[in-house]
Amino acid sequence: MRELMLGNKAVARGLYEAGCKVISSYPGTPSTEITEEAALYDEIYCEWAPNEKVALEVAHGASLGGVRSACAMKHVGLNVAADPLFTISYQGVNAGLVICVADDPGMHSSQNEQDSRHYAKAAKVPMLEPSDSAESLLFVKKAYEISEKFNTPVLVKMCTRVSHSQSVVETGERAEPLQVPYVKDPTKVMMTNNSRNAHVRVEQRTLALISYAEECDLNRVEMGDTALGIITSSTSYQYAKEVFGEGASILKLGMIYPLPEKLIRDFAGTVDRLVVLEELDPVIENHCRRLGLTVSGKDIFPVCGEFSQNLVRVCMGVKEPESVRAKENIPVPGRPPVMCAGCPHRGIFYILHKNNCMVYGDIGCYTLGAVPPLNAMDLNVCMGASCSGLHGFNKAMGQWGEKHSVGVIGDSTFIHSGITGITDIAYNGSNSTVIILDNSITGMTGHQQNPTTGKNLRGEPAGKVNLEALCRALGFERVRVVDPYDLAEVERVLKEELEADAPSIIISRRPCVMIKGIVHQAPLQVEEDKCKGCRACMKIGCPAISIKDNKARIDTTLCIGCKVCTQMCKFDALKTV
Amino acid sequence: MSTENIMIVGVGGQGTLLASKLLGHVLLKQGLDVKVSEVHGMSQRGGSVVTYVRYGEKVYSPVIDRGEADIIVSFEMLEAVRWLEYLKPGGQMITNTQEIDPMPVITGAAQYPQDLVRKMQEAGAAVDAEDFLAMAEEAGSARAVNIVLMGRLSKHFPQITPKDWQDAIMEVVPPKFHDLNLKAFALGRA
Repeated sequence: MRELMLGNKAVARGLYEAGCKVISSYPGTPSTEITEEAALYDEIYCEWAPNEKVALEVAHGASLGGVRSACAMKHVGLNVAADPLFTISYQGVNAGLVICVADDPGMHSSQNEQDSRHYAKAAKVPMLEPSDSAESLLFVKKAYEISEKFNTPVLVKMCTRVSHSQSVVETGERAEPLQVPYVKDPTKVMMTNNSRNAHVRVEQRTLALISYAEECDLNRVEMGDTALGIITSSTSYQYAKEVFGEGASILKLGMIYPLPEKLIRDFAGTVDRLVVLEELDPVIENHCRRLGLTVSGKDIFPVCGEFSQNLVRVCMGVKEPESVRAKENIPVPGRPPVMCAGCPHRGIFYILHKNNCMVYGDIGCYTLGAVPPLNAMDLNVCMGASCSGLHGFNKAMGQWGEKHSVGVIGDSTFIHSGITGITDIAYNGSNSTVIILDNSITGMTGHQQNPTTGKNLRGEPAGKVNLEALCRALGFERVRVVDPYDLAEVERVLKEELEADAPSIIISRRPCVMIKGIVHQAPLQVEEDKCKGCRACMKIGCPAISIKDNKARIDTTLCIGCKVCTQMCKFDALKTV
Repeated sequence: MSTENIMIVGVGGQGTLLASKLLGHVLLKQGLDVKVSEVHGMSQRGGSVVTYVRYGEKVYSPVIDRGEADIIVSFEMLEAVRWLEYLKPGGQMITNTQEIDPMPVITGAAQYPQDLVRKMQEAGAAVDAEDFLAMAEEAGSARAVNIVLMGRLSKHFPQITPKDWQDAIMEVVPPKFHDLNLKAFALGRA
C-alpha cells in the first residue's frame, strides 16, 4: 500500500516486515518514534530499557536467542551503548541484529552534534544510511540480510530530517524467519585467544564487506552532466538533487561503512570535478583523499550545523532564489521553548535561583531551568553527570561547595545514569545534595514510561523502582521528599540538606501536568484592585502570566491552578476563578 | 509540474502537526509525490514551530528554504513575520491575527511588533489575515483553529474538491470530532 510515512515509522515498518521479534530501546529525539511505532505491532516485543547500553545488550541477547532483534537510540545514546557495541562486533550475531541511531545535525534537541559514522568505523560495524522514508523501510530489511550473511550487527543511521520527515513508502508483507537454534560455542567467550581470533575474523569480514559495497544496490550512480560529480548520502543527496537535478552526476551512497573503493575511483574517473556533499564531519571526503583523489568537501561546506538547498547553492556558487523582503527592519522577538504552565520543575528552580545555588543540571525538560527569568542552571554535560560531576566539584571546592551546590536530575535520567553517580557520592563521601525531579514520566521525549512509573512501554502495570528505598540502600541516610508546588517547604528542606554534614537526596515529587488523566485545578485570575503591578509573580517565568497596563494578567486557557504564583504575591491578588 | 511549497508555522501546542497531516493526506490522494517535514522535541514546549509541506511529480529536499514558499499558513502574527522571507516574491501569507506573547515579551525584554499586516503587504506578500480563532470558537472549539486555517488554504487548490478535503478530515480526525472539524473547515473556506 502507498502511504505517507514518517522516517521513523518507516524504520518500524521495516523492522516489522523483516520479522523482527524483540526491540529494546531508550527514548531520545529524534529516534523515539521508531520504538513507539514498532510497539503498535503485536508481533514485536518492545520495551523501554533503563539506558542504551542495556537496550543493546538486550537486543543482542535476543539475537543470540535466535530471533531478529533491534534497538534504537539517538546519537549520544550510542556513546552509552558503545561498550557492548565494540565487543558485539567481535562476538557476532545468531539471528540478525539492527541498531538504529539517529543523529541531530543542527542540534534541534541535543546537547552536541557528534557524527555517529565514526562509530561504524571504530567498531568495524557496517552502517547503512537511508535518505527518505522509502529507503528507511528497505534499508532496515537489507540490514538484516547483511547482519546474518556477514555475522555482524548492522547500524542504520538516521538523522533529524530523515527521521522526522514524511515521504511516500510502499509497504509489504511481514516475513516470519524461523528461530535460529542456540548452540553452545566455547569460542564465543571473549577472552585471550578467542578475542584474538575474533579480531582476525572482524578484519576479514570488513574486507568481504568492502567487496559487497562495490556491487550492492545500496550504492548507486545517477549519471547527469559530467562536468560536476557529487558523492553524497542521506538527506544531503536530496539537497544535491534539488539544486542540480540532471545538472550533475551523483554517486549516492547508501552504505556508509565500509565504503567502496573501486566504485568511487571509477565514478571519479567519469567526471571533471569531484565534490563530496556530507553533513558534519568529512568521513566520505577523507576516504576519497586516502584513495588519492582530488576532491572538494569541507573546504567549501561547513562542518557545523544542518544543510539545506540554499546552503548548497551558496557554497556551490549557485544563485539563491529571490524572496519577499520587508521594507523596514521588523524586530522579531525570539520564541524560545519554555517550561509549561504548572510544570512542577518551576518551583524548584525558582528556589535554587533565589538561594544562589551552583546547579549542576542534567538532560531533560528541566534544562529549561537555565533560561530567563529562572536562570538557575550553571551547566550540564550528559545523562547522569549532575550526580558524579557534582561529587567531583565538591571534592575540589570542599565545604563551600557542599553548602552551595546541588545536582538536579529527572527520574528517567536518574535511572539511566544517575544511580552510579550517587553511589559514588555515598561511597566516597562528599556531602553533596542531589535533587531528583520525579515527575512520573520521561517528559522531554514525549511521555515515555520508565522504571519509576510502574508501567511498561504499552502502559501495562510493571515493576516500579522505589526511589527512597533505592537511595537508602546505596548509603544515603538523608532522603527527603518535597512537593515542588510548596515553595516554603522546598526552601526549608533545601537549606537543611545543604547545611547537613552528610550526603542528601531530595526527591521533588509531582507528576508532569501534561500526562493524560492528571487532574488540573481551576485556573487563577488577578484581582485587579489588589494587584500593585510589582511583577513578583513574573519571577517564576510562567507562560500563563503576563503584565498588561501595569497589572498582572493570567491566561486562563494555560493556567492549571498550581498556585506557585500565589506564593510569590504579597498582596493576595491571585485567586481561583 | 514543478514542486510546490507550503509552510505551516505557529507556536508549539497550537495543532500545526494535525494541519500538516491533513494536508499531506489530501495531496497524496491526488497521486502526487509528497514530503512533510517537522521537528519534534524541544521546540514543542511553547517554542516557534514550522512544518514544511512539498508536493509535485518528484520531491527531493524535505525542507523549504528562504524564497521558496508559495504559501505560508501562520497560526500567529509574530510567527508569520518570523518566516516572511521564506515566501517567494508575491507569495501568499494566510495568517491568524491572534497574538501570543513569547517569553521575552512577557518578561518585558522585548516588544511585540505592531502593524504587521501592512508591513508584510509592503514587503510584497499577498496577505490574508483574519481572526481564525473566532471562527474556530464559532465551530465549537478554539482547538479547531488548525482545521479552519486548512479550510482557508483549500481555496488555493482549485483542483481539489471540498469532498476530498472532507474525506481526509474524516480519516485523520477521531470520529467524535468529525462534526466540529467539518464545521471548522467550512467556516474557514467560506
